[in-house]
Amino acid sequence: MGMTITEKILAAHAGEKTVSPGDNIWVDVDVLMTHDVCGPGTFAIFKKQFGENARVWDRDKVVIIPDHFIFTKDTHANRNIDILRQFVKEQDLPHYYDVGTDNYKGVCHLALAQEGFNRPGEVLFGTDSHTSTSGAFGMFSTGIGNTDAAFILGTGKLWVKVPESMCFEFTGKFPDHIMAKDVILNVIGDIGVDGATYRSMEWRGEAVMSLSMEERMTLCNMAIEAGGKNGIIEADEVTTDYVRQRTDRPYKIYQSDENAKYIFKKTYNASAMEPIVAKPHSPDNKAKVSECEDVKLDRAYIGSCTGGKLTDFMAAAKLLKGKKVQIDTFIVPATREVEEDLHKEKIGSESLIDIFKNAGAHLGEPSCAACLGGPKDTFGRAGDNQVVISTTNRNFPGRMGSKQSHVYLASPYTAAASALTGHITNPEEFVNN
Amino acid sequence: MKKIIEGLAYVLGNDIDTDQIIPAEHLVYSLSDPEEKKNYGKFALSGVPGDHAGLPNGNLPFTEDGKCESKYSIIVGGKNFGCGSSREHAPACMEIAGVKAVVAQSYARIFYRNSVDGGFFIPFECDKRLVEDIKTGDDLKIDLATNTLTNKTQGTTYDLKSLGEVIEIIEAGNIFEYARKTGMITQS
Repeated sequence: MGMTITEKILAAHAGEKTVSPGDNIWVDVDVLMTHDVCGPGTFAIFKKQFGENARVWDRDKVVIIPDHFIFTKDTHANRNIDILRQFVKEQDLPHYYDVGTDNYKGVCHLALAQEGFNRPGEVLFGTDSHTSTSGAFGMFSTGIGNTDAAFILGTGKLWVKVPESMCFEFTGKFPDHIMAKDVILNVIGDIGVDGATYRSMEWRGEAVMSLSMEERMTLCNMAIEAGGKNGIIEADEVTTDYVRQRTDRPYKIYQSDENAKYIFKKTYNASAMEPIVAKPHSPDNKAKVSECEDVKLDRAYIGSCTGGKLTDFMAAAKLLKGKKVQIDTFIVPATREVEEDLHKEKIGSESLIDIFKNAGAHLGEPSCAACLGGPKDTFGRAGDNQVVISTTNRNFPGRMGSKQSHVYLASPYTAAASALTGHITNPEEFVNN
Repeated sequence: MKKIIEGLAYVLGNDIDTDQIIPAEHLVYSLSDPEEKKNYGKFALSGVPGDHAGLPNGNLPFTEDGKCESKYSIIVGGKNFGCGSSREHAPACMEIAGVKAVVAQSYARIFYRNSVDGGFFIPFECDKRLVEDIKTGDDLKIDLATNTLTNKTQGTTYDLKSLGEVIEIIEAGNIFEYARKTGMITQS
């Protein structure tokens, strides 16, 4: 029997020729990423288990990216950044992106890609469920807790149950007004928030392979919203072009065998896709945008690992250029690099940042910000019973702040079109004009 | 490992996500400082919407105002318990509040893994959906020898699924103790 990409990568990292779904194996870890929310707890467990003076297994494989609670006066949150600094100093870790310095990056999942830590064929664990994002590079990546991360820090290894694989194939071409967010929300709606539990979600087909790396990251980012262990897309020239601009390190490209076993296969016609939202309070509460146009909104939010990349802002800016938003609209670039690009990239003669300013949007600093609510002074945090359209990845009760708020998840096109009208709006006409 | 777990039930529904278990604004406290970590007990399950908190009636806070421990120590849930983020603060806050076991139809995988590897409590599965049978406040007893859950208040008994391959980690206490037992880690 053939193997999937995920099975091949896991086998190679376990020193095995073959593995099968359900096998429990120990894998060698290429990269461990942590951030300000889970780093302090991880380091405390590491010291408790391996000793106060223990050294991490490989300094070069530990990446620490503060991004969650950054621009806040919360004293505990700021103390946690100090704990990261202290650990980095003690261990002399080279890959740390400190708050308040030129080296600060922003949201870890995009920063990992931009700094060259996403490399085909590797195994990456992170103390964040959206670590599945890196699977867009044809690598195995998944989220873990503090305990497992501390175990890796001490040993460089972790036990993994080899997941069964699901295959989602998109044939043909996506319409111009469809973004990766529409695609993933559609799939999560089809299979449910536990439809991929313990499984790998592999994306295939010419429509998927026509997507940019940023759009592929959006697909893999939300594998966890279907319960998936990882999302993965075979690496191709688009991948290697991106990777080679970011790192000289070697990588290895794996492909799924023709006779690889999938527990589930579904083929979609890409050209038939329609703009999708996830209604409150679950990412699988799928509806067509055209069915929700009567929903009045209080604010729009464009940001996060899944919806705050340059591609996302390029889409939003295309619709907002020369117009005024009708509701409070928050723009939060995922990373400093995206923020810099908002100044550099133009539509006509106007930079994206000027397009947003002139449209009346509020601009925030790169971080996770209100995607997960956060401390009370977080930029864009949802209050009271506000109705929000957001390009983020979760709309659980209270996720973006107030427990009484209502969050609709949508693509940057849909969020921008809706910001211009004040109600949920199909972006098709705006995009095609 | 204890062979009998007893306590009062706190009943929740499907898809109890980690933002409901511990809202992100509270993720700032230390998990290692004995005093500071009590905050996690205080805010455990504080994100569950009122009408879903403590079924069937709802509006029963898991911990009373200002307290760090709950009188409920066995959580009964539906499908996909613990979905969402990888925050280990979720099983940790439940343990800090006094939770000894969760019995659910199914779990999200990171939450399940964190519960087992961190040794916070035992995540049991039951094929039968118990959310409508058991009421918050019912007196429960879990017997690990027979893999059964008894509702002493209602006089009913249910079969639980075998803990399967993770039993060795649970018996060892956590992933580190398991690794020491099996020789993966050589330091004491």
